[in-house]
Amino acid sequence: MSISLENVTVVTMGESIVTDVSLTVERGSINVLLGPTLAGKTTLMRLMAGLDRPTGGRILVDGKDATGVPVRERSVAMVYQQFMNYPSLTVYENIASPLRVARLKGDEIDRRVRRAAGVLGLEPLLGRLPHQLSGGQQQRTAIARAIVKNADLVLFDEPLANLDYKLREELREELPSILREAGSILVYATTEPLEALLLGGLTATLSQGRLVQFGPTPRVYHAPSSIDSARVFSDPPLNEITVIKQDGSLRLGQDLVVPAVGVTAAISDGVYRVGFRGDLARIGMAWPASISLSGRVALAEISGSETFVHVETGLGTFVCVERGVSMRQPGQPVVLHVDADRAFVFDDTGSPVVIAPSA
Amino acid sequence: MALHPINHVWEQGRAYALLGPSGCGKTTLLNIISGLIFPSQGRVLFDGKDVTQLPTEQRNIAQVFQFPVIYDTMTVGENLAFPLKNRRMERAAIKARVAEIADLLDLTNDLSRRARALTVEAKQKVSLGRGLVRADVAAMLFDEPLTVIDPALKWHLRSKLKAVHRALDLLMIYVTHDQVEALTFADEVVVMKDGRVLQVASPAQLFERPEHTFVGYFIGSPGMNLIAAKVSDHVAHVSGHDIELGARYPKIKNGDAVIGFRPDFASLAPEGGIPVQVRRIEDLGRRRLARVALGPHEIFANVPEGVSIGGGTAGLSIQQDRLFVYVDDELVLGDRR
Repeated sequence: MSISLENVTVVTMGESIVTDVSLTVERGSINVLLGPTLAGKTTLMRLMAGLDRPTGGRILVDGKDATGVPVRERSVAMVYQQFMNYPSLTVYENIASPLRVARLKGDEIDRRVRRAAGVLGLEPLLGRLPHQLSGGQQQRTAIARAIVKNADLVLFDEPLANLDYKLREELREELPSILREAGSILVYATTEPLEALLLGGLTATLSQGRLVQFGPTPRVYHAPSSIDSARVFSDPPLNEITVIKQDGSLRLGQDLVVPAVGVTAAISDGVYRVGFRGDLARIGMAWPASISLSGRVALAEISGSETFVHVETGLGTFVCVERGVSMRQPGQPVVLHVDADRAFVFDDTGSPVVIAPSA
Repeated sequence: MALHPINHVWEQGRAYALLGPSGCGKTTLLNIISGLIFPSQGRVLFDGKDVTQLPTEQRNIAQVFQFPVIYDTMTVGENLAFPLKNRRMERAAIKARVAEIADLLDLTNDLSRRARALTVEAKQKVSLGRGLVRADVAAMLFDEPLTVIDPALKWHLRSKLKAVHRALDLLMIYVTHDQVEALTFADEVVVMKDGRVLQVASPAQLFERPEHTFVGYFIGSPGMNLIAAKVSDHVAHVSGHDIELGARYPKIKNGDAVIGFRPDFASLAPEGGIPVQVRRIEDLGRRRLARVALGPHEIFANVPEGVSIGGGTAGLSIQQDRLFVYVDDELVLGDRR
């Protein structure tokens, strides 16, 4: 089974919410919709579910036009950011509710409820009421209810956003295997790049109502098809520098000229935008091919496994990610080396400049 | 009991975070400081003066909550000026102070805009500005202020908070369940669980030397590997393997202990070290993390750059100086001679 959006556009009160999106999602796949608030994630999910009609374009289910077919004629389950359970029903009955609606037999219901509860670690809680559960347990119940009926389409709209950090981390770890079991078309919206990486599967990067890139998650991360895709898929935010390539050199800003090394060695003369994530910038030690900038530490944020060092340079402030705890004092002068072999280079339209692979 | 007895001195000019899971008592503690709750026992002193029974408005405290608290129909400038007008400050003085705070928060260009038209992030900055604008603020309290902010904008707002902290020399206390927010914000983090303070330390210390197993687990993503072991002198026995501890622990009763080490200080290689079963390797973008099994114990470890691991068995190495021993959840120091 597959659902396709074909050139779908949504305009609400004169404002474009979704613009010309084409996307096919298939059974057995995890599809992550990644983008900031208002990127169009929820709107796309509502279209797939048949809750809304697009202003333009078509929605195809298994190749057949299903535009405007209401949700109750499709097999859909949804998990929201807010924990939604029936407050007067036990965990067991909450999970069983879609099966009772579908009039399944009692022993079949019992088998399926126990299996879903097992996958989500809810067996000891089946007799409890939602208000007796922690937030994480409530959301596990909602997820169990969504996957128990083997719906064709299961939608997750930022399901972990309201959970404590640590619970979010634990559920994130478990979700990929839980979801792989479901065998439905899974669509999962999130604002967080790390969540997309952990879920794996396929990722669609979204920006201002447009689909920017869609493909296997690690590929979208490591080989962005545009500067917007790299921006959406970077946390800390993508560092960017405008460079002018001329006669084998790069001009950065007003008065800094450095040798064009690494990927910038092969590009033709012109104006480019160089993008690099925080782990491609390091302090002190140069890379085999580096673009080096001098600056000062503006701020060092220790997060545990990593330290985010904000370095102020003549070209702006860049965030560099150092492993472990790194004690950098604000004001300390440093040289920031950008890995010129792995940085992204985009032309003035935001498209990546393809470098011929060295044979 | 929501909160067990706590003694702590919060100092002028420092940034503190209260960190812990839901229900740990962090918000209760914040509310006691702000005067929204009166403690059943004990006292709250501001500069030595007892304020335990004083209401919030008499404590000169400014607060920022999860959701922006501003007047939607007023402009940004009017919002910032409001607390000063209420105190009948002179017009010229109000104008100067509002300009100063707007500059600090990058709101100068928004001063004449209606608050309603702002993004959530800008609204949260206005909430912050309304708190900061009063010159007599004794402390600035934050209750999960970044919850509703997009990840990319959190970076901006976090650096703004630090800049404000440096510029104004204020006491700031920040409540959150989010370790990244707590560690990046605070000079000192108070880790709480079940109404108790487990450790008060700098972010670096919490990461590098957790004094309680819960701190080890709660800080770090994923948290510390914690494994039940039998410790005899300088060796920990885990599922038939001997792990060298690099220090002697002669006094542990029956040898019953838990060893703890962070995934960041454990690495995986195709062979050598402790033999473990590889369960899964995750590409997290800028690092690779392996989930492995040692007998019944699940362990997270780093996969160093350039190392390739197939399925099956691999070798785990743990940095000895990063390996800790806990008894009854508390850190036990060994003899490193």
